[in-house]
Amino acid sequence: MNGRRAANDHPRHVDPVTLARYATGAEPTTTGTTGAGPTTTGTTTTGVRLGDPALWGVEAHLERCPSCRARLADLADPATSALVAGVRERLEPGLATPPAPPRRRWTPELRTSAWPIVAWTAVSVGMLLTAMAFELAYPGMPSLVLLIAPVAPLSSVAAAWSRRTDPAYEMVAATPGAGLWLLLRRAVIAMVALIPVLAVVGWQVGLSPARWLLPCLTFTTATLALGGRIGVDRAAAWLTCGWAAAVVAPALISQHSSVLFRPGSLPCWAVAALVSGVLMLLRADDHLRLASHG
Amino acid sequence: MVRVVNAGEIAPSRSAWAVAAERIRVRAGRHLAVDGLDLTLDNGVHGLLGPNGAGKTTLMRALATVIRPVGGRLELLGQPASHGGDLRRVRRDLGYLPQQFGCYPRFTLREFVEYMAWLKQMPKAEIPGAVQRAVDRVDLTEHADRKLKTFSGGMLRRAGIAQAIVNDPRLLLLDEPTVGLDVEQRVTFRALLRELGTDSCVVVSTHLVEDVVAACTNVVLIDHGHLVWQGTPEQLADEETPDGIGDSPAERGYSALLRERRGQAVTR
Repeated sequence: MNGRRAANDHPRHVDPVTLARYATGAEPTTTGTTGAGPTTTGTTTTGVRLGDPALWGVEAHLERCPSCRARLADLADPATSALVAGVRERLEPGLATPPAPPRRRWTPELRTSAWPIVAWTAVSVGMLLTAMAFELAYPGMPSLVLLIAPVAPLSSVAAAWSRRTDPAYEMVAATPGAGLWLLLRRAVIAMVALIPVLAVVGWQVGLSPARWLLPCLTFTTATLALGGRIGVDRAAAWLTCGWAAAVVAPALISQHSSVLFRPGSLPCWAVAALVSGVLMLLRADDHLRLASHG
Repeated sequence: MVRVVNAGEIAPSRSAWAVAAERIRVRAGRHLAVDGLDLTLDNGVHGLLGPNGAGKTTLMRALATVIRPVGGRLELLGQPASHGGDLRRVRRDLGYLPQQFGCYPRFTLREFVEYMAWLKQMPKAEIPGAVQRAVDRVDLTEHADRKLKTFSGGMLRRAGIAQAIVNDPRLLLLDEPTVGLDVEQRVTFRALLRELGTDSCVVVSTHLVEDVVAACTNVVLIDHGHLVWQGTPEQLADEETPDGIGDSPAERGYSALLRERRGQAVTR
C-alpha cells in the first residue's frame, strides 16, 4: 500500500532480447532450438537461460510495469496463450465484477455532517428572512440585514467541523487528509447553501453584493484563523457574540447605522478580508490537531 | 487476493524504533496526563496497560499525532511528531482507533471505510481492494453494504478496526479495541493482532490484563503518566508476589508492580 512513490518508477524497460530470453528460459533449453517467440530478436543468444541476477531484475521490473507485462504476454508460446485463454473463459462468468473505484468526491463530505449543517443553515436563513421583513417594514432603521450578514454563515461552518456534530472527528483528525483543506471543503458546502439566500435578501432590500459579501468572508476566514487553537465552534461563538455586543446592539439602541457600513468603508473590509485570509493560511497547521474540533 | 509487493514496502526503515518518546509531556485539557514519559517501541504487539486515569488515552492521542505534546521529543516512524516534521507523511502510515468514536450513521460500512481510505490519501485504484480486505479481516464481509446505523456495538467496534487497518499501517494504535466484543470475537481479534504485529508496530491500550497476556509480545505499564514497567507477558507473571491481588499470575504481577510504584511515590 505504500507504493505510491515507487509505483511508477520505470527507469528502464526490459529490452526485447532479455524479455525473449526470460519468456523462453523458464525451462532449460539448448541454444537455438526453441521456437517460442524469438522472432523479434533475431540473435543467436535467444533461448539461452538468463542468469539468476538478471532473472530477478527482470522479475522485479515486471511486477511493477504493466507495459512490459503486456509485451511478455505477446511472447508466450501459442500453447500457453491458449491455456490462459481457456482458463479465463471458464473462470470469468463466476467472478464478481470488482467494485468501481469511488468517484463521488463531494457527496461523502456532504453527508458526513449533513443534518447539523442543514439545521444551522435553516436557523440562519430564518434570521435573514426575519431581518429582511423587518427592514422592509421599517425603512428608517439601520439595515438589520447588513448587521447580521457578517456572522450568518458562522454557525453552519462551525457545525461542519465540531466534535459535537461530527461523530468520527477523532478518526478523521488522525488522517493525512485532515486539516485546513478538508475544513474548507466542508465550509464551502455550508456557505454554498447560504450565499444564494443572502443574495436574494440583499437584492430585496437594495444592497450591493460587496457590502455583505466582504464582511461575510472576513468573519468566516477569521473564524477559521482563530479556530485552530480554540476550536472552530468556539471561535464562531466568540466572534458572533463579540459582533452582537460591539456593533449590533449599539446600532439598534442608537438607531444610527454603524460607521462600518458607510459606503466608504468597503476598502477597509477588503483589507480586513485579505488580512484574515492570510492569517488563516498562516495558522493552517493548527487544524491538524484535535483542538481545532472544539 | 494476491497483491504485488513493491519496492517501497520492503525498503528498510531508516529509524530504529517505530515509536521513540523522550520525556514527553502531554496535556488532557489543563491536566498534565502524561508527565515525562520515556518509551521506545518496535514492531510487535504492545499492550499499554494501566489503571483508569493513568494517561493511556492521552498517550494514545499523542502517538496518533492528534495532540501536540507540550514538552519532550516524540519521533514516530523516524519522523519528528512533536515539533516540525512532516505529520502527513507519518499519518499515511498510521492507523488509529479512538476509545470513543461514532460513525456516520447513513454511510454503509463500505462507504465509511472508503471515505477513511480516501482521507488517508491512498492511491485511488487501490482503495476498493484495500477496503474489501479490511472488511474481510474483521469478519464483516456479509455486512459490508449495510448502513452503519443498523450495526451493534461490537460490529461498530470492528468497523472502527477495519478503517484503522485499511491502509496497512506501519503504526497501528487501538484504544480499548476489545470493549463490546464477545468471547469468540475477542479470540479472532487476538489472532488478527498477532498477524498484524509481525510486520508493524501495534499498540493496544487496555485495562484487561488477560487481553495483554493472550495477544501481546510486550507489555507497557503506565500509571499517573509515568512509565512504570516494560517487559514480556511472561516477565509480568514473574513479578507476582504472594500478597498480589488478582486471579492469574499476570494480574498479580500487575497489581504488585503498581503497588510497588505507588509505595515509592509515597515515600518520595
